[in-house]
Amino acid sequence: MAKIWVFAEVNNGKVDTAALEILTKARELGGEVEAVALGPGSTDAAKELGQYGATTVYASDDEVYADYVAQPAAHALHELVKEHAPELILFATNYDSRDIAGRLSARTGSTLMSNCFDILGTDKARTTIFGGATVVDVALEGTPKIALVRPKSFEPEASGGEANVMPVEVDIPDDLKKAKRVERHEEQASGPKLEEAPIVISGGRGLQDASNFELLDQLAGAIGNAAVGATRAVVDAGWVPYAYQIGQTGTTVKPGVYIAFGISGATQHIVGMKGAKTIIAVNKDEDAPIFQIADLGIVGDALKILPQLIEEIKTRKG
Amino acid sequence: MNIAVCVKHIPDPNLPGELDGQRLKREGVQGTLDPGDEFGVETALQLKQAHEGEVTLVSMGPPQALEGIRRGLSMGADKGVLVSDDSLQGADALITARVLAAAIKRTDFDLVIAGVESTDGYTGTMPSTLAELLGVPQLTFTNAIEATGDALKVHRQTVDGYQVVECSLPALITVTAGVNEPRYASFKGIMAAKKKPVEELSVADLGLSADDVKVAQNIVDISQAEERKAGEVIEDDGSGAAKIADYLKEAKVI
Repeated sequence: MAKIWVFAEVNNGKVDTAALEILTKARELGGEVEAVALGPGSTDAAKELGQYGATTVYASDDEVYADYVAQPAAHALHELVKEHAPELILFATNYDSRDIAGRLSARTGSTLMSNCFDILGTDKARTTIFGGATVVDVALEGTPKIALVRPKSFEPEASGGEANVMPVEVDIPDDLKKAKRVERHEEQASGPKLEEAPIVISGGRGLQDASNFELLDQLAGAIGNAAVGATRAVVDAGWVPYAYQIGQTGTTVKPGVYIAFGISGATQHIVGMKGAKTIIAVNKDEDAPIFQIADLGIVGDALKILPQLIEEIKTRKG
Repeated sequence: MNIAVCVKHIPDPNLPGELDGQRLKREGVQGTLDPGDEFGVETALQLKQAHEGEVTLVSMGPPQALEGIRRGLSMGADKGVLVSDDSLQGADALITARVLAAAIKRTDFDLVIAGVESTDGYTGTMPSTLAELLGVPQLTFTNAIEATGDALKVHRQTVDGYQVVECSLPALITVTAGVNEPRYASFKGIMAAKKKPVEELSVADLGLSADDVKVAQNIVDISQAEERKAGEVIEDDGSGAAKIADYLKEAKVI
């Protein structure tokens, strides 16, 4: 039976949700599903990975994987691949995973497919091009194959299994301990996390100035249980931190309701939010592409409508 | 500090993309230097200003990719290398990395700079594959860079903020669009670029075999995605906010 591996990121003792999504899918493919988790908290994380379908978890709690970018993890993975010969290795399209998968590809000579939103078998995966307008199925050759899967592609579902934990004992050569993380400035915003919020309110260039993002925060507060996001353009302009970015690069969201203010709808943005159940868009330009996918489109000035909407909601909520 | 910058010539991202059989159509399509690569070129030029050395642009692509290199040269880079070969059509990220690694190894480099991902393919793994093949560490998703003569300290973006990462040279970095404001090419720069050397190489020139560039992924099916239908679009006549509130009530949000 083909062996399918899922590389699971564990950060601050928490398993990346995308790993659980991918495990759920891997189970469905009918192979022998195993997971690899490297860095502090990984051994404890094995329990949860088992519940989502990993029969074996190769785990190491060694700090070296958290302290140094990509090289130690790619080395350990490569050693494990040589020993256990998986057919397919699945990663989430996340920061550290992308770095590690790229390095592994060089070492194993594996073809690598990125941005998959479905895995069709151990040798075939599905992605979209042209901002999601065209679906392409790609056949992969060689062993192992590597695929990176976009977060939120599958609904995570526990199967209630239990994983056999195999400690990873790989020596990391000193010359792979080079790119060292010396400081971390990572804070989770208050309120629900962007990728988990049932309601997402986001802003683009049409908000004209960084200070106007305050209005989005106020609206999120008035509605409750909402998170604020942004387009790449305003993140690049330095209006809001990168953590706000929704799109091809950035976070993928699938909320119940997505409200876009002053966002034209570049494909790079659309890819990250078109899975929303309901889309509401406000934009001055009636030809903005966002209106082509919005359930409700208002052609108007976001800066005029925002204060009105905040008042309206406060009034209706009493 | 000698710097190699990976640059890619891509179909103009502002025009609708087209497929030519199983590949992105490139022939006869208006092309441009990937806008994401301008940040890499600018980073290199700023580092050169502070630390001297030479900036080499390295590209893989069809002969017209020379235009992309010329654009980077007109910004101020010193020279270019273009690897062009029929056998590279449909190359995946691994093959691209092998080709660029072979080309970069011929230069005397201290630092390699690439964009985070290309605007047309956005695989996002080529730079780390390249770093592995070159045997150097990688500092990815950087939006602030501090360099001394033989080491780097960068801010690496993450989902919840950033990390400060340090390493010694040689190394590879990928730069985000937040890292700087790329300069415009001056008329003088454009004229000077025409005279700057660009070496054109084939796969064989790099000492790579047919197996090294054998494509291992192929599109087997193409279909149109299920389209989201446009809903109601109305002009705001002062009732826009109330209309949105009605909608939110219907969706049981308020």
